[in-house]
Amino acid sequence: MATVELRNLRKTYLHEEIIKGVSLAIAEREFVVFVGPSGCGKSTLLRMIAGLEDISAGDLLIDGQRVNDTEPARRGLAMVFQSYALYPHMNVYRNMEFSLRLAGMPEAERRQRIGDVARILQLEPYLDHRPGQLSGGQRQRVAIGRAIVRNPRVFLFDEPLSNLDAALRGQMRVELASLHRRLGATTIYVTHDQVEAMTMADRIVVLNKGVVEQIGTPLELYHRPGNLFVARFMGSPPMNLLPATISAPAPEGSVQVRTGTFSVSIPTQQAGLEAGAPATLGVRPEHIRIDPQGAVHGMVEVSERLGAITLLHVRLPDGQMIVVQTGGDNIDCADTPISMTFEEEHCHLFDAGGMALARSTEHPLLAGA
Amino acid sequence: MARTSTRLRHATITLLAWSIALWMFFPILWMFLTGFKSEPDAISTPPHFFFNPTLSSYQDVFARENYWHFAANSVVISLMATVVALLVSIPAAYAMAFLPGPRTRMTLLWMLSTRMLPSVGVLVPIYLLARATGLLDSRTGLVVIYMLTNLPITVWMLYTFFREVPVPILEAGRMDGATRWQEVTQVLLPLALPGIASTGLLSLILCWNETFWSLNLTSSVAAPLTTFIASFSSPEGLFFAKLSAASTLAVAPIMVFGWASQKQLVRGLTFGAVK
Amino acid sequence: MDKVAGHPPVMASPAGSAARSRGLQGFVLQSPAIMLLLAWSVVPLLMTLWYSVRNYNLVDPTQQGFAGISNYWYLLTDPDFMTSLENTAILVGGVLAISVGLGTLLAVLYNEEFAGRGIARILVISPFFIMPTVAALLWKNLMLHPIYGVYSAMMRAVGLTPVDWLSRYPLATLVMIVAWEWLPFAVLILLTAIQSLDTEQKEAARMDGAGMVAQFINITLPHLSRAITVVIMIETIFLLTIFAEISVTTAGGPGVASTNLAFLIYSRALLQFDVGGASAGGVVAIVVANIVAAFLLRAVARNLET
Repeated sequence: MATVELRNLRKTYLHEEIIKGVSLAIAEREFVVFVGPSGCGKSTLLRMIAGLEDISAGDLLIDGQRVNDTEPARRGLAMVFQSYALYPHMNVYRNMEFSLRLAGMPEAERRQRIGDVARILQLEPYLDHRPGQLSGGQRQRVAIGRAIVRNPRVFLFDEPLSNLDAALRGQMRVELASLHRRLGATTIYVTHDQVEAMTMADRIVVLNKGVVEQIGTPLELYHRPGNLFVARFMGSPPMNLLPATISAPAPEGSVQVRTGTFSVSIPTQQAGLEAGAPATLGVRPEHIRIDPQGAVHGMVEVSERLGAITLLHVRLPDGQMIVVQTGGDNIDCADTPISMTFEEEHCHLFDAGGMALARSTEHPLLAGA
Repeated sequence: MARTSTRLRHATITLLAWSIALWMFFPILWMFLTGFKSEPDAISTPPHFFFNPTLSSYQDVFARENYWHFAANSVVISLMATVVALLVSIPAAYAMAFLPGPRTRMTLLWMLSTRMLPSVGVLVPIYLLARATGLLDSRTGLVVIYMLTNLPITVWMLYTFFREVPVPILEAGRMDGATRWQEVTQVLLPLALPGIASTGLLSLILCWNETFWSLNLTSSVAAPLTTFIASFSSPEGLFFAKLSAASTLAVAPIMVFGWASQKQLVRGLTFGAVK
Repeated sequence: MDKVAGHPPVMASPAGSAARSRGLQGFVLQSPAIMLLLAWSVVPLLMTLWYSVRNYNLVDPTQQGFAGISNYWYLLTDPDFMTSLENTAILVGGVLAISVGLGTLLAVLYNEEFAGRGIARILVISPFFIMPTVAALLWKNLMLHPIYGVYSAMMRAVGLTPVDWLSRYPLATLVMIVAWEWLPFAVLILLTAIQSLDTEQKEAARMDGAGMVAQFINITLPHLSRAITVVIMIETIFLLTIFAEISVTTAGGPGVASTNLAFLIYSRALLQFDVGGASAGGVVAIVVANIVAAFLLRAVARNLET
């Protein structure tokens, strides 16, 4: 198992910088997920680590050794491609055998190793099938098997689940997580799906336009987004964001914030807040309570009943839409007026530049982090 | 009501399609039949559809010209030119498809433009060059020229096929430790085999039917079937049966071959125009 | 930890080179093809240019030396030259019009479901495999011969007087013969292209109330545009230099009524042994081809984009 270190990695393509200096240290056995919208550079970054793209500037270290100019195959990595990239003219066995054969491994050892991997991935019945004869999920397993069989120092995954349907994706997510636990390999995983990122990662790297927006554990990113971009990106349904004005810094580490139709008081330790400064108020749907005595009023426009929970899309008097998460037994329907309370200790406040303001309270799950 | 109109439409389509097909094929069919007629039968008016088939025309053709000599030349020259053209164009097409540079597009277009040079424009110098190098009336000479005239087309076709190969599969090969040579021979070529086959097929057909250079640069030793048939054009053009027999002999091999490989050939002919 | 994890990692042998210089590799791989084509296109061209400004007649060795532009002057002022240019344009344009126009309609027709479709398709494309000399002989003698030809017999059968097509309408007849050879090629490509047409698109158009004709114009034709470009490009390459068909059927005549540029140069070079004049003609042919190529390649370049 190995460590991977990125030191100010940059990639310039046709005079345009698409990776603008990324630094990151990945520990042994860590599962790191690169996440971001399409075009953020996450796949390019992964391909630079793999050796499929040249590194324009900066250093890439694997186990402390600089590998910028090392051939992909000699970096000791294995990669699972988005399209699986199985060799269509070889059967499953040959697909997994290819790298071992190129490395000159003796036949008996190859056979044994592929047998072991096929058993783990339940691929034994399919060893003589061509990729074209397999289902999407089976192809996915072969792609993973082809990576595992080499026993690489680092696994790279490039959006491996994006071609599967929702049910299979959920199942493979669990399988990959448990596989990672069994093999204990350092893993770098690229996805645009924040659910995959949240559920699988030890640490998440949020990328945007070639820049790291934030690095942290899933819950850190969820409960303590460092800026508006991360706040918008992590969480589904996304955080409600309302334009607001700071009305008055209140005493005892809190600040009074006014939006169109109501005010809330948010605990913060940020110094130097000025009255009248523009800001953005953020609150997640599950942190809005329906409360007949609440100070926030609105009209339900749509009620999405998901069974376990119900999502109310509520229009505020000034026209803004917010989403409120309630229990599955909620019976409010369209055109019902409701009143709500924002749980102030869970509200987020971002300044005019989109940066989160320092908090004075900590989420219980993150306490001591 | 609707049923009858669909049925009528279906009948019209069937009738129309078959009429056109038969009209297009008729000259070939007639040639084939006439080859088995006696000379008087062949020029009888009105023409006979039913007649006593005879092999006498074929016997005459074989007695007059050494068909197998010409046929062997056609086969050898077409095959050799195709193989050499593939050997030269595969690396070029690979480089253009997978290691494209800023000038790749221009290079491709320039290659195609060389195919548009009218052969007749350079007939004199090529003739003189061939004579000076002793390649006049030699198989090698025709192989070289056919290879060169087909090169732009084979490069172009292979390029479009190679571009259809998903790049991640080659990258997977590289991640698995394949060298450039192994990447090409063990991953790319097996994948692109259908495309390479149809490129080769088209090249074979073009070589087989090439007339200008074979007529002007060969006389006897290296003469292929195009020259063989030209010798029947005049003054004996009026011996219809013999002419038909000879023509049938000249086109039959490539036509049967073309029918058999039609599906494969079609894929390649589209030059990437069909997605 | 699992059994697999206990194995040592597999790495490529250390023989692999360091960072590959892709540009150099690409150049090396392309260079045989490029060098060959460069030699093939430049050397004869330079020789042709050289001969075209020389007095050089194979049967008259006394005429030697520099001719200046007299070969060109002689050629360009020759009324036959203008005729041959016109004939070339008519041949190329006529065959293209027939093969693309008819080819599109036939492609639509043979895309329909009907009994024996596979065989009918093979019959239609068969002329593509026929060598030009055979095609020309076939039409000249078996089909169109004024006395013994099948077409003449058919005309007599309906009470018409047979026509000697090749001497009465030499160019039109040639266009017909060559179109017979090249129509199958157009059908082949356009049929393949039509098969890749998304049926949902057509169904959507039908839901929008488009009839057969509207579907053809608004859905099928735009879908075929790329394939049509390819047909035009490839056919033009071959049609510009039609030679065997003319040589076999009319030998350019009567007079120069069916002489195209290629055949004119050929008759100069090999029938009149005028190497200088033929070379001047060759240079002109190359110029013409390049003008056409410039237009065609622009269309093809657009195809390359996507």
